[in-house]
Formats: sequence, C-alpha cells, structure tokens
Amino acid sequence: MSELKRGISRRNVLRTGLAGIIATGVSPLVFSRGAWAQEFCNNPTGSTVTFGLNLPLTGAYAEEGADEQKAYELAIKHLNGEGDGGLLNVLKPSALKGNGILGKKVQYVSSDSQTKSDVARAGATRMIERDGAIMITGGSSSGEAIAVQSLCQELGVIFMAGLTHSNDTTGKDKRRYGFRHFFNAYQSGIAIAPVLGEAYGKDRRAYHLTADYTWGWTQEESIKNATEALGWQTVQTVRTPLGAGDFSQFLTPVLNSGADVLILNHYGNDMVNSLTQAVQFGMRDKQVNGKQFEIVVPLFSELMAKGAGENIKGIFGTSNWHWNLPDEGSKAFTKSFGAAYGSPPSQAAHTAYVQALLYADACERAGTFYPPQVIKALEGFEFDGMGNGKTLYRAADHQCMKSVLVVRGNEKPTSQFDVLNVVKEIDRETANYDPAIFGGELGAAEPVPQCR
Amino acid sequence: MFDVLFLQFLNGLDKGSAYALIALGLTLVFGTLGVVNFAHGALFMIGAFCAVAFRQLLTLETVTVDPEKLSPWGAPVEIRAPLVQAWFGDFGAVLVNYSVPISLLLAVPVMLAIGIGMERGLIKYFYKRPHAEQILVTFGLAIVLGEIIKATFGPNPIPQPMPTDLRGAADIGAWLGMQPGVITYPLWRLVYFLFSLGVIAAVFAFLQFTTFGMVVRAGMADRETVGALGINIDRRFTIMFGIAAVVAGMAGVMYTPLLPPNYTIGMDFLVISFVVVVVGGMGSLPGAVAAGFLLGILQSFASMHQLKAFFPGIDQVIIYLVAVIILLVRPRGLLGRRGVMEA
Amino acid sequence: MAGFMSRRDLTLFVGFAAIVLLLPILAAPFGAAYPDLLQRFMIFGIFALGFNILFGLTGYLSFGHAAFFGVGSYAAMWSFKLLSLNALPAIIFAVAIAGVFALVIGYVSLRRSGIYFSILTLAFAQMCYSLAYSVLTPITNGETGLRMASSDPRVLDRLFFDAPAGVPVPSLFGMSLSGWNGFYFSAVFLLATFLLAMRITNSPFGMMLKGIKSNQNRMNYTGFNTRPYTLTAFVISGMLAGLAGALLVVTDPLAGAERMQWTASGEVVLMTILGGVGTLVGPVIGAWLIKYFENIFSSFNDNVLSSFFSFLPDGAREVAVTIAGKFVGEGWHLSLGLLFVLIVVFLPGGIMEGARRIGARFGRPRNGSRVGRQRELSPTAAE
Repeated sequence: MSELKRGISRRNVLRTGLAGIIATGVSPLVFSRGAWAQEFCNNPTGSTVTFGLNLPLTGAYAEEGADEQKAYELAIKHLNGEGDGGLLNVLKPSALKGNGILGKKVQYVSSDSQTKSDVARAGATRMIERDGAIMITGGSSSGEAIAVQSLCQELGVIFMAGLTHSNDTTGKDKRRYGFRHFFNAYQSGIAIAPVLGEAYGKDRRAYHLTADYTWGWTQEESIKNATEALGWQTVQTVRTPLGAGDFSQFLTPVLNSGADVLILNHYGNDMVNSLTQAVQFGMRDKQVNGKQFEIVVPLFSELMAKGAGENIKGIFGTSNWHWNLPDEGSKAFTKSFGAAYGSPPSQAAHTAYVQALLYADACERAGTFYPPQVIKALEGFEFDGMGNGKTLYRAADHQCMKSVLVVRGNEKPTSQFDVLNVVKEIDRETANYDPAIFGGELGAAEPVPQCR
Repeated sequence: MFDVLFLQFLNGLDKGSAYALIALGLTLVFGTLGVVNFAHGALFMIGAFCAVAFRQLLTLETVTVDPEKLSPWGAPVEIRAPLVQAWFGDFGAVLVNYSVPISLLLAVPVMLAIGIGMERGLIKYFYKRPHAEQILVTFGLAIVLGEIIKATFGPNPIPQPMPTDLRGAADIGAWLGMQPGVITYPLWRLVYFLFSLGVIAAVFAFLQFTTFGMVVRAGMADRETVGALGINIDRRFTIMFGIAAVVAGMAGVMYTPLLPPNYTIGMDFLVISFVVVVVGGMGSLPGAVAAGFLLGILQSFASMHQLKAFFPGIDQVIIYLVAVIILLVRPRGLLGRRGVMEA
Repeated sequence: MAGFMSRRDLTLFVGFAAIVLLLPILAAPFGAAYPDLLQRFMIFGIFALGFNILFGLTGYLSFGHAAFFGVGSYAAMWSFKLLSLNALPAIIFAVAIAGVFALVIGYVSLRRSGIYFSILTLAFAQMCYSLAYSVLTPITNGETGLRMASSDPRVLDRLFFDAPAGVPVPSLFGMSLSGWNGFYFSAVFLLATFLLAMRITNSPFGMMLKGIKSNQNRMNYTGFNTRPYTLTAFVISGMLAGLAGALLVVTDPLAGAERMQWTASGEVVLMTILGGVGTLVGPVIGAWLIKYFENIFSSFNDNVLSSFFSFLPDGAREVAVTIAGKFVGEGWHLSLGLLFVLIVVFLPGGIMEGARRIGARFGRPRNGSRVGRQRELSPTAAE
C-alpha cells in the first residue's frame, strides 16, 4: 500500500536533506521545514486522500468501536461511488458526487485507541505524521475525543468526533478544528427530565453512580440539575473508576440509602455490568418510600441494550439516533448497513458515518482540503436527511443541533435487534441551549499549524 | 446503620472469595514449586472461558430462513432453533439454564490438563532460574494466553446468565429473623462465597488428610530430604500445579455470571492477587485465604461514601495502602515464614 | 578524552550516537522514520536505561517505575502552565519532583528486598495511578489528561512578552519542539543518559552496586551498609524516568494517567529484559523493539495485509491475511508475548546475549571487559 511507497520516497527526501546538512551545516530545523514545504498538513497531492480512523477496538467501549469501523468502511465505499450510495442519495443539500472527494479516491488508516486517551493521541499522531491522514475521526469516549481534538488543533488537522457525549467536548474544551455531530449530556437532561417526571412523579430521591471522567461528571451534573428542577432530591453521587468491572461495592450502599431511583452514569461495558449487577441486587423488585424502585440510564445505545439483555426492559434513557426511525435517511442507512453486515447500525455507527459524509461534503463545497476553508464550510451548515431532521452545525461551538430521542428498553422485543422503543422525540428547538453557558474558546483556524 | 455495615461486610466476603481462591492457587504453586506464576490470572480467565465455550456448544442453533418475513434492510429473517432442545427436549432447556455450574465438570479436566501441560512444557525448566525470569516467562505466557482467547472469542465480554432459580436477591435479614427486605443480597454472590469456602476446605483437607498431601507438605518444607527418601516428589509437584490450575479455573467458571468475561479478566485480577499473597505471607496457604477475605472486606468498606468523605479516594488505594503497611510492619506478611523469597 | 573514558567506551558511545542521530534515515526502510515514533524511541530509551541502572546493576526489580515517569509528565506540564513554555525549566522541575518521589518511595521500599520490594513499588505506583485518575483530578485532569490552555498564567513568559495568539506549544528559546526538532532534542538527552549510565557502570559506585547484586548478605555481614548505595541508584533511575516523562510532554503536550498504570511499569521491565539486563545498549534496543511493535505492527489492518500479500492468488491471500491478522493489528500483543517467552526461555540475557553468541560463533575475539557480564546475569540466589 501507500506505506511502502511513502517510506521510500521519504527516505529519498531525507537523504537529500541530510546530504544538504552535511554539506552546508544547515540546522535540522531548516531542513525539516524545507523538506516538506506545504501549505498545510498532509495536503493530498496524489490521486487519493486518507482518513485516519481512531477506533477503540479493545477496552470498555470496544463494541462501539467495532461498529464505528463498519460504518466508516461503508461511508468510504459510498463516497467512492461503490455500494448503494447510502445517505449520499438523501443528504440535502449535498455537493457529493460519489467519485471520492474533489476527485480523489478516499482510503483510510486505522488505530486501536484501547479506550484510553494517551493511546488515542499517540495513534492519531502516527496517522497524521506517518500515514498522512488529512482528517482524524472516531473515538467513543469523551476523554479520547478531547485529547485528540486538542492534538488536532496543534497539528492543524480537522477532527470529526465520533461518539462523545460530554458537555466539555463542545463546551469548555471545544476547539476550532473539532466538530461533533453527537448530542451531549445537557441535551439528555433536557430531553429525559419531563419523561421521568411523568413516569415516576415529582417526589423522588435519586442516587447517582458516575463514571469518573469528563463525560460522567458532566452527565451527572446535567441530569442532577434537570431532575432537581423537577422537584427530585439527590441522595448521593458516587464516582466509580472507568472499567471497574465489579460494581458491587458501590451498589450495596444504595440498597438502604433511602433512595428510590438509581441513576447510572455509565456507558458501554461499564453500563452493562453495573445495570446487570444492580438488577441482581434485586433493585428492580424493591419498594422504597412506598414507591417502586427504578433505575435510569441517561445515555444508552442499542448495543448496550443487547448486552444487558433482559435487564434493560422498561428502562428510560436517551439516544442520538435509532435504526427504526421512520424517516428516509434512517431507513436508507439501516438498509445499506444491514445489507452489508447483517445487523442494524448502532447510534455510534450512525454518527461515525454521518461525520465522514459531512466532512467530505464540506470539502466539496469549499473546493479544497485547506482546513480553514473546510471549517468555514462546516460552521453554520444546515442540512437535512441524515436521520435527525433538520440539523445545524452551530458555528459558536461546533455542536450539531438536532432532535434528541428518549428511549426505553423494549418489553416485548420481536427480534434480537428490536431492543429499544423510541418513546419521545424532542425537537431541535426544545433541545437547544445557549453555547455561552459552558464557556470555552474555539481558538483560531489560521495560521494553520505545520504538522511536521 | 447496622444493616448498611452488615451489607458491606457481606459484600466484602463476596469480593474476598475471588481474591482468596486466586491467591490460594498462587500460593500452592509458590509453596510447592517455588515458582512465581504471573500466568495464574490467565488460568482464571481460561476457566471462565470454559464456561463460555460450554454454553456456546449447548446453544448451537440450526438456522432456517423464512422467505416471507423481511428484516428492515430487506434480508429474509432467520429463524433459530437450539439443537440441544431439539435433541433432549426439556432436559436440554435445564442443561442450558444450569450451564455455568455444569461447565465445572468440563473445566476440571481441561484445567488439569492445561496446568500439567504448562508445568511440563515450560515451568519445569524454570525451577532453578531466578525469580525475575520466572516472573517474566509467565508474564509472557499470560500475554500469549490472553491473546489466544481474544483471537478465538473476540475482545468483547460475553455475558453468561446465571440459572433462573439463582437470580435475584435473597432476603438474608428474614432468614435471621429480622424485618424482611432490610438485608437482601444477590443469591449468586452468596453461592459464590459458599462455593469458595467449599473449594478452600477441600484443598486444605486434601493436603491434611491424604498421603499425597502429606508428602507434598513435607516436600514444601524440605524438598531435598523428601527426594532423598526415594519419593518421586517431582511428579507430585506437577500434579499440585494441575490442582492449582483447577482451583483458578473453577473460580473463573463460577465468576462468569457476576462479570462477563473477556481476555483481560485474568490480568485485572493478577495484580490484586499478588498483593493478597504477599500480604498473607508468601508460601502460607492460610495466610493467602485470610488476606483474601481481609482485603475484600476492607475494599468494600472503603467504598462507602461516609468514609470517602473523610479520606477522598480511599476506595482506590486501600488495598495497596494495607499492603505497604503490612509489609513494613510485618515484613513477611500476616502468616509468612521467615526467609521465603528474600533475595 | 582518554582520561574521561576508555577507548572502548568511546568507540561504543560514538557508534551509539551515530546510530541515534542517523535514525531518521536508518529507520526509513522499516516505515518507522516519522518524528512521533522516533521521539518515543528516544524517550523510552532513556526510561529503560534509567530502569537498568537500578535493576541491571543492583538486581532490585521495581514494578513501579511508571509512577516516576508519570510524575515527571505532570510536573513538566505544570511548569508549562505556570512558569514558561520553555522546555528547560520544565525538564529541570520534572526531574527534581520525580527525584523527590523516588527518594520517598525508594526510602520506604528499599527496607525490603526480593519480591517484597517489587510489590511495595507496585503498590506505591498503583496508588499514584489510582489517585491521579480519581481524587487528584484538579491536579491531573483525570482520565482526559492534563493539557495547556492559552489562558494559563505562565508567569516567566509574561514577564518578558505578551501572550501570543494561537495554541501554546513547548519550545526551546522560541524554537518549536514538535516534529523533528523534538526528536533531536530528545536524542541529546538520550545520549547524555547513555553517557551517564556508562560512567556509573564503570565507576566505583557501579562496582559497589554490582557487589550488592551478587551478594548483599556478604556485604551486610562485613558491616557495610548497602542501603545508601541502592537508594542512590533508585533515585537516579527515578529521576531518569521523570526526565523521560517530561520529554514525552515536551514532544506531545498531554499528560495522561494511563502512563502510570502497572502495565506501563511492566513494559519497561520487558524492554530491559528483551534487550539484555545489565548491558548498556540492550535496554535501548528493547525499548525500540517494543515501541516499534506497538506502533507499526498494531497499525497493520486487513487492508494493509491484503496489499502486502497481493502477490498471492485470491483464496491463498485471504488465508494468509486471516492468519497474519492474528499476529499484527489488534493482535500485536500476541507476537510480543511469543517473542518474549522465546527470549526468556532461550536467551535469558536478551538480544544482547544473542548478538554475543552470534559474535562468538564467528570466532571474533571478544573484548576483555565483557567477560564479567555473564556473571552479572547470574541468579540472585534466594536465601
């Protein structure tokens, strides 16, 4: 593949460069800059353009990572004009032609981020420096997304975030080069609180178990605020380490704490474990304060629902997207994903796929890969047909504003994939919020940093 | 407050069961063979995957396609029928339901074979080598075993449902004559605790009351003399390695309903079980068991928010903190002998 | 110069320096000639060299060196945030803080030996890791990792000039340290560390440490207190780990807690053993090999493989890709584990012993000063 070719050509460049140093004694600084004089990082000069996929293929969120990989492969096929075209046919407005991006065929390199920020960052650096990735995308933890996003800002490469739900990604840690299609914890709070109030009443006492990192903290805060506004009390909030496995020592104190709702701010395998264990503790059969004890999982996906099996039935949460939505975009995506892999796409797959397409479309509209122009094309872009209704890439914080789903574990699944019911769709206006509440600064797009 | 503390204590016993079982196996190997086995966690993991494999065998299905019904992406819907039920009817359903405990029957011979194979194939060449090299070779082996499992079963955890009769929580308070519903604890976790007590008792009884065990104990105390008496101590030690593997494997099998196993589960337990062994005292079987339960209970209590309010982060460090204190105050651990493992 | 080091050492150092500085060319055929990986080669080379000063010379197997590495990273990052973007104060600060940590942890842990020492260091490192990951979040920023922000105070920089626009990046008196500059910057430190390790090994202090390794009891019975020596070695090696950690944030400004986990401590042990414990060049080679595996092997996805095997017919290619796929990409750990078992079983002295055996087979007369090495590797006998 391109690895070998690049290696050889670079060696030649280096050899010439080094001969130069030895001959003239020029400092390495000059040589390294001079050898790859280019207007921006990884300007594609050949007939191809490379995406860098940063995927958690192992670790707590591995299942989401594997699904994202499938989605990216599908998106790249569709961008190159192979397959059934998927969402290329329904995206409105669209500048995509199905012949790659700006006539260049799309290919990809990938890296296993192990659901760890450090590793994700090293992988992204490798894909940018060695493999010449023009854009980095993926990730399914907010820690990863924030770490990689700030790296991309330093190197002048656009980052299209995958699954990241922390308020910080487009809040306090937002970056000019980072874009997020997925919704966030604050919007989950807006969406789920009225449904919870309706189902469980205004007089409830909640106990939070929270994954101890940026996403967990912001979700805990958002859900706490939203439920307290309903009139609920918060008994206790307890932080649990990411990937703890056995949560029993955190669950035991919940039993006799006087709480009648357990809120699990966990995701991926952590959520599957903590929910399953909570059910084993008999929490769903308990009566507390004269009310039925309830468990709420503010964010969950179809993959996690499958993992939790029986235990997810009847549990409320929110989702970015679900495969059985009735609109054209969702149908088209489910159809081509299902035909390719034999299972419906998860919300992680959906956001990954959409991000890849939106980046390609922005390049086409900008007419260049030059990041500041692409950023301009994405900022304030309004589109439709991707499954969440009319969607706006907000310029102020690079957050997509679109409708949000409140979901509930299906009591009577008709197939192994039919695990969620969409109980309510919160429209874009309701899920809207002022970007100023989270602070943060995007930074400048220009001058474009040189990545080598 | 009593109910809260009692629950936390129960939880400690339950966490401690796993620690004690793993530490027991580690100590068996160390005490008999003098080998520091970093692959012991991997044996626990392989045991867990015995349960997974057994269930996968039981739930093999025939797939027929129903051309009438279409899935949302236009492919025909597959209808799956479990083979076991087709062959054995209701008994098949019971087999599937009880697959985890039944897979112990599979795990025992498999683990025995793996343990003996490991000892004969690799470990025996390391008796005379320094402990550092034993650690390294078994660590390498642990990586290899983990990766083989990952390549076979994938990187994601595979949930193992517990038998339906043992799901849910038991009302222990009511059993003890207290108000019902105050002290409830998951049934399977109690089963795991009792199971671990049984295994520990069996190992001790075996070492105490059989001739084989007596020879092994003598060998642990003085290998040369026992060898000079014309007893083939090596073969017995090989079998002890196999038994340690079986203990680890059984601990793994029964743990699967509590935590869906994946290839890292062994490594996750390894560090903690080493701390347990060292706290208990290298080479001391009662020490390993006592330290396992002790650390489990301490870890459970340290997770209470009442305690965390005074000592932030105590739940994260308690085990290591105890290890440091014990090693500084009682250099050979709680029940360790003098002169073991001091270079 | 001759009085400073022996002729043989000089040759070794010059050869090593030449290889390090020419790495951008030498590594190119292996697809490794990009700044990020070569920076890591330098940084983990320093880490392994430092670790070897403790383990190789005294025989004390620390399972907690990643803690000093991580502390160095956090300290350097705080220097970038509070003092200056200049890398030199950050490195000095990081080495000093790592030294303090090493002094405290070493003082306590060295009261025990053998596996008890290993477990003590492991326990301390795990405590540092767990705390950095949870309650120390205000200092470490937890799982997300500590980063710079344009709003950081940076008092030293502010004394001289206003806050510049754009993303703050570490620099050396205004020269950016990302990319190749970062590589050469780290390379200078690797060479300095190599020189230091060489001097220590050949000094009376080094001889003393080796004496402790071969028989501590005898040393103790003669009424000789060994602990100050081992503690010095521990602190030096902890400071070098801190230096490595600082360089990692200089070249890639993010300090995350994962680098303190016990697996990271295990990794440096693996590096040292793989290359050859107690040798000078061995640990560096081990570090390079592991980082190469981690970064290059892990990036081979099925796409890359199938183009690699493109000369095969269709069916055979798929089989080859499937089999090879188990050993590279996500499965790169399998290759590493296998390599590791093979090395420990057949070449307990690591790659350096392999090289020596090959050298011996071709009958080249070996230099006298290497004779002692076999003994260095001999077992640290249990009591």
